[in-house]
Amino acid sequence: MISTTNKNKQAEPNNKKLQKPNVFEAKGFNLWYGEDQALKNIDFDIAENNVTAIIGPSGCGKSTFLKSLNRMVELVPTVKMAGEIQYRGKNILSSKFGVEELRTKVGMVFQKPNPFPKSIYENVAYGPRIHGIRDKVTLDQIVETSLKGAAIWDEVKDRLHENAYGLSGGQQQRLCIARCLAIEPDVILMDEPTSALDPISTLKVEELVQQLKQNFSIVIVTHNMQQAARISDKTAFFLSGELVEYNDTDVIFSNPRDNRTEDYITGRFG
Amino acid sequence: MGFINHEKVAGKMASRTAKNSFVKGLFLAATLFGLVVLAILIYRIITQGIGYLDGDFFTNFASRRPENAGIKAAIFGSIWLMAVAAPVSIILGVGCAIYLELYAKKNKFTRLIQMNIANLAGVPSIVFGLLGLTVFVRMLEMGRSVLAGGLTMSLLIVPIIVVASQEALRAVSKDIQEASYGLGATKWQTIRRVVLPAAVPGIITGVILALSRAVGETAPLIVIGALSFVAFVPENIWSGFTVMPIQIFNWTSRPQTDFHDVAAAGIVVLLIMLLLMNSIAVLIRNKFSKRY
Ligand SMILES: Nc1ncnc2c1ncn2[C@@H]1O[C@H](COP(=O)(O)OP(=O)(O)O)[C@@H](O)[C@H]1O
Ligand SMILES: [Mg+2]
Repeated sequence: MISTTNKNKQAEPNNKKLQKPNVFEAKGFNLWYGEDQALKNIDFDIAENNVTAIIGPSGCGKSTFLKSLNRMVELVPTVKMAGEIQYRGKNILSSKFGVEELRTKVGMVFQKPNPFPKSIYENVAYGPRIHGIRDKVTLDQIVETSLKGAAIWDEVKDRLHENAYGLSGGQQQRLCIARCLAIEPDVILMDEPTSALDPISTLKVEELVQQLKQNFSIVIVTHNMQQAARISDKTAFFLSGELVEYNDTDVIFSNPRDNRTEDYITGRFG
Repeated sequence: MGFINHEKVAGKMASRTAKNSFVKGLFLAATLFGLVVLAILIYRIITQGIGYLDGDFFTNFASRRPENAGIKAAIFGSIWLMAVAAPVSIILGVGCAIYLELYAKKNKFTRLIQMNIANLAGVPSIVFGLLGLTVFVRMLEMGRSVLAGGLTMSLLIVPIIVVASQEALRAVSKDIQEASYGLGATKWQTIRRVVLPAAVPGIITGVILALSRAVGETAPLIVIGALSFVAFVPENIWSGFTVMPIQIFNWTSRPQTDFHDVAAAGIVVLLIMLLLMNSIAVLIRNKFSKRY
């Protein structure tokens, strides 16, 4: 069984009460792109208000799994899925579950910053607008709160109506995070959010993730093991479409149970 | 390693740079050739037609005397024709492109449709004229009306609009579409707020090119029986009509050389109309790109 306790509280004897509920529970989840199986029999529980990191060599299925959690993976027409992924107790793969509803609860930040070719303001207001918020005052508040939440307000507050493409890569990525916060999600998925950024911007995003975990559950894919070690509570190691090992981050990095995990984190392959 | 012999490389350098400048000159000449021909053409037309380009030319109808001949009926005919053809072809063409590009599954059937549309864009216009004559003029009994002419023109340009719009839609970055879906937008919201605004400049360019083609097209309208000697402005979509290129063709085929100058004046007007259409396209395009 996988423990879902937070590593900081592990020592406490009555940690049963502090055990966080799961936001996601994958059970025997399989995924194919056409004939090629990309994910094999994944069992994976993701706890609330944790930062859960997914690591593994490229092509092992990290992004595929992440995109399964908000069903973005279905944008690829050849995708077939089997098994179950529960979000707060409901199977999101059932045809009864609306993807639009899921995606307002489970926001996503992509590998490459992808702001809309609109103003900074309009980028953040996009989500609230499509969900029916028209009132200018409310929108203004949402935009300000979200930009503050993404630690970019001070940098952009005087140029809210300028095109988002004028921002630096790191600022664009934090704008994308603000855009995601604006729909007030429950979970935030991040697919290598810093891989296109310089070290300073990376640091800012990492600090931001630490702050956000107070209010959100975060699942972050990263190919940077130091990053996983720095910011996550739990780490999952994927290899060739399988979940090899999943445990508290400090256990994974100090005392992995599986040889393949050890080989990977010690840099023997990957 | 010794694979690169620097002496040999230096020896060939002169001929390489010479070839480079030669090719550059060749392409420049090709560009200039086009420009010069265009300039001569415009100069000749204007000097020939300027004498007839006065207020009367725009307010008079066709006449047997060159000094009284005017282009009013043809201008209004062309405008009426566009008023029918533009909405019909834009709605059908852009709608079809959106469906094929964003909704339809990519399978054998859609590939077949795709191929046929591309082929339709290359079918000679007179064939569309015959189709219009059979279907609109005879079967649906529209007669030789503006409506029949406009619908025939729509047939001709819909494939062009479809192909151009599809290209514009395909060029919209997948990243920003994913961003929209990721925020919980429906397909239609994504199309309406992300895809179309980004694709509109390309779509408009295609539409204007297609409409410009329709404004200058004669063959299909002659087939469906547009008139060439018209002394009235169409009153509604059931009226008979003529259009500018037919009127110009009619003037050039008269024996009196004075009418050839009238034709030149007509060509100037047609060119100005095309220029206006293109400017409108540029304006709309700029307006859309400024919104970002
Ligand atoms: N759109 C796609 N179509 C077909 N195969 C894909 C597609 N996306 C990813 N794959 C395949 O699925 C596997 C996992 O890919 P991905 O999840 O992107 O890996 P990672 O994010 O870990 O680098 C790879 O073998 C990749 O080739
Ligand atoms: Mg990836």
